[in-house]
Amino acid sequence: MVSSAPVTSYAVERATLRNGLRVVVAPDRSAPVVAVAVYYDVGIRSEPEGRTGFAHLFEHLMFQGSASLQKMDHVKYVQSSGGTLNGSTRLDYTNYYEALPSNALERALFLEADRMRAPAVTEENLANQIAVVKEEIRVNVLNQPYGGFPWLTLPPVLFESFPNAHNGYGGFEDLESATVEDARDFFDRYYAPGNAVLAVGGDLDADAAMELIRTHFGDVPRRTVPDRPDFDEPAPTSERRVEHVDPLAPAPAVALGWRVPDPDDLDAYLPYVVLTSVLATGDASRLRRRLVQEDRVASDVGAHIAFMEDAFDVRNPTALLVEAHHTGDVPSDRVVAAVDEELDRVATGGVPDDELERVQARLTSALLQGQDHVLSRTLAMASFEQQRGRAELVGELPALLGAVTGEQVAAAAAGLLPDARARLDIVAGGAR
Amino acid sequence: MSPKGKAFAPRAVPGLARPRKPRLPTVAERVLANGLRVVAVRRPSVPVVHVRLRVPTAVRRDEDLARSAMLERGMLLGTAERSQGELAEALQRIGGSLRVSGDADRLLLAGESLRAGLPELLRLLTEVLVGASYPRRQVEGEAARLADQLRRAWSQPGVVADESWLRRMYGGHPYGREHPEADEVLAVPPASLRAAQRRRVVPDGSLLVLVGDLTPARALDQVAAAMSGWDSTGGPSRVPAVRPAQQGPLLLVDRPGAVQSNLRVGGPAPGRTDPSYPAAEVTNALYGGYFSSRLVMNIREDKGYTYSPRSALRHGAAASCLVTSADVATEVTAPALVEVGYELGRMVSLPPTADEVAATAQYLVGILALSTATQAGLAGTLTALLADGLDVTWLREHPAALLAVTPDDVHEVAQTLLAPATRITTVVGDAARIEAPLSALTEVVRAT
Repeated sequence: MVSSAPVTSYAVERATLRNGLRVVVAPDRSAPVVAVAVYYDVGIRSEPEGRTGFAHLFEHLMFQGSASLQKMDHVKYVQSSGGTLNGSTRLDYTNYYEALPSNALERALFLEADRMRAPAVTEENLANQIAVVKEEIRVNVLNQPYGGFPWLTLPPVLFESFPNAHNGYGGFEDLESATVEDARDFFDRYYAPGNAVLAVGGDLDADAAMELIRTHFGDVPRRTVPDRPDFDEPAPTSERRVEHVDPLAPAPAVALGWRVPDPDDLDAYLPYVVLTSVLATGDASRLRRRLVQEDRVASDVGAHIAFMEDAFDVRNPTALLVEAHHTGDVPSDRVVAAVDEELDRVATGGVPDDELERVQARLTSALLQGQDHVLSRTLAMASFEQQRGRAELVGELPALLGAVTGEQVAAAAAGLLPDARARLDIVAGGAR
Repeated sequence: MSPKGKAFAPRAVPGLARPRKPRLPTVAERVLANGLRVVAVRRPSVPVVHVRLRVPTAVRRDEDLARSAMLERGMLLGTAERSQGELAEALQRIGGSLRVSGDADRLLLAGESLRAGLPELLRLLTEVLVGASYPRRQVEGEAARLADQLRRAWSQPGVVADESWLRRMYGGHPYGREHPEADEVLAVPPASLRAAQRRRVVPDGSLLVLVGDLTPARALDQVAAAMSGWDSTGGPSRVPAVRPAQQGPLLLVDRPGAVQSNLRVGGPAPGRTDPSYPAAEVTNALYGGYFSSRLVMNIREDKGYTYSPRSALRHGAAASCLVTSADVATEVTAPALVEVGYELGRMVSLPPTADEVAATAQYLVGILALSTATQAGLAGTLTALLADGLDVTWLREHPAALLAVTPDDVHEVAQTLLAPATRITTVVGDAARIEAPLSALTEVVRAT
């Protein structure tokens, strides 16, 4: 990386409360806004068979009231304070977060503590949210061309075990049979304070914020923290291939997925992150040049790590994905062959210093832009703290990515062979 | 529900602390000899700089839409000095990127780079503005690619719904559509684009906003040094005046087998410079513009008909509108439309409570603070404000205006903003299942 590349760093205060809740606080007074994020260490992979989609449904239920709050009070208190809020369910975690003017910090902490203490789920609210989730699935998947491509459709090709392969949005039958008792069990088991990380960032005084956190979260009762299972499974030893007819899609598409090293091992993992950028970030990238600009076999091509998270908040096992949209008169084998040739070119020819420096400059710039946003910075800190015990990585990543060498990127590409991958072809059922 | 049957006594929700006032950004400004207005703002939160160049060139005739789309897509395909790949490499080297987008009123070139790359970013931007070469082979490839992307866009029910509504609202006016057809972009002659850029992408009337880790006075000098050579002559162009839409029957677009129906309901709205705008913004949000709104409470949180119902104000230079969108289960299409009509009617018939108005205004004030708290957000907001003839003091005055809105103000603005007499409705869905229930409510015509 260019030696003059700018760096940022964020001072992080951390504490573990007596109930086990891990806390990170990171002041940045450049704008009068704060963010609050709670990450629970449970996601789609922990759903039991017969309860597909439950982690996500439960996320919806966390907005339906709590010990001190009626349905919708949580949302109304945040928004009438001038804030925004949301939650999301990923393979390995479920998060809840707010961004607000800094004078609403204590209120946001109270609201998160209240539902960590006791969400309030009724039969009526459960039925309502099952209906809402079904519409979410219809709008994003069932009524949508390329719905779920490839984040829902490629995992069952690459993986064999239920936790890794199943549909995280859930089947309608599973959703409809969910009960209030299921919700109680799920909360008891997975939403213990010791299974969560709270991150708070932005326009605040670290000591005062820590004091407010102790006030509001300190008496959430301690509960047993579940062991996190190892979800690892063997990687493919021959190409796994599936064709999927999409009745709404006007043109075909193809996705490829390869297993990558455990993200926990950053030295082994980061070269794959740089590789995705070499392959498909911007018009100077290898696959964009070859497939889109020169051969014109694809109208869009992308490469990234992880099915629904970004590369830095997913646990093992995960994958490097390449996906391309092409027209019906181009056979997908031609698209895939061009991808294979470009991977081989990286593996055998390496990545010249000039190209690597360009890619690293762009990665740095993208990370800095993420840091500028109090909410995305705070979310990243929560996830780094939860999965790696190091919120400071939010400022350290550019230098770590900058230390990756061209040889390491070439070695990563050398492992992405046809017989180690999953391949999903979308057949255009909606072509006119 | 509480864990293991434990009950927790309710606690009081904490109040708000004293707000810290956002500091107004300090703005340095200069108009170059070529007519380009340049505004620079220092915000050193991260070592990055952002640029936004707004070129007021309008879509005036139907065929302009596809040509504009090809200008946007062709501008970065090469210059007199560099190929597409060389241009992309030069941007990448400074941690940069450059993107071109547009709508019926303008083109927007947006980019950023690491702090030290600003002079180079400005040079590359100017190189594109002065000498984009539109090489034939690359343009043809890009047209084919855009055509593929448009076919995919037109396969999405949400896009079809939005476009159907715009066409009913604005007719043949340029605001009546946003996505050209694939065939139209393939028919744009590649050789016409250089002249089109020279004619339409001109400095006079254009606005360049820079925000980030920069020194404003120095940044203005860097812009002057880099961009004075951009000397295409001509001035801004504007879309024709918008004629008021005629209310008519519900327009139904058939999508056989669809498991959802996409409802779009709306009408004209005041623009950002209209005196009633603060009240209109509160009215829109309170009715359906945020999660706490009446519409979301009703058709999502009470009835479970839909995942993401919303209403939104959309602004063009010549007209603004308010559109309600809801993608609902096919079997509840008619009941959902009844509820949308009920919430609109309630806004028109009765003033909201003072609490609702205060909560909504506070939300809008907070959103503005959040949206200007990043370099990119501040750059985008400033560009839109300045283009509307407003200035940075709006960031201080508008929150005060929002907080001064009363229930009666909302009731008054709702009379026209949400009035049944100006409402235009389109629905995309499975006609075999929804036409009869909709026809029982209102007159329905099928799209041809």
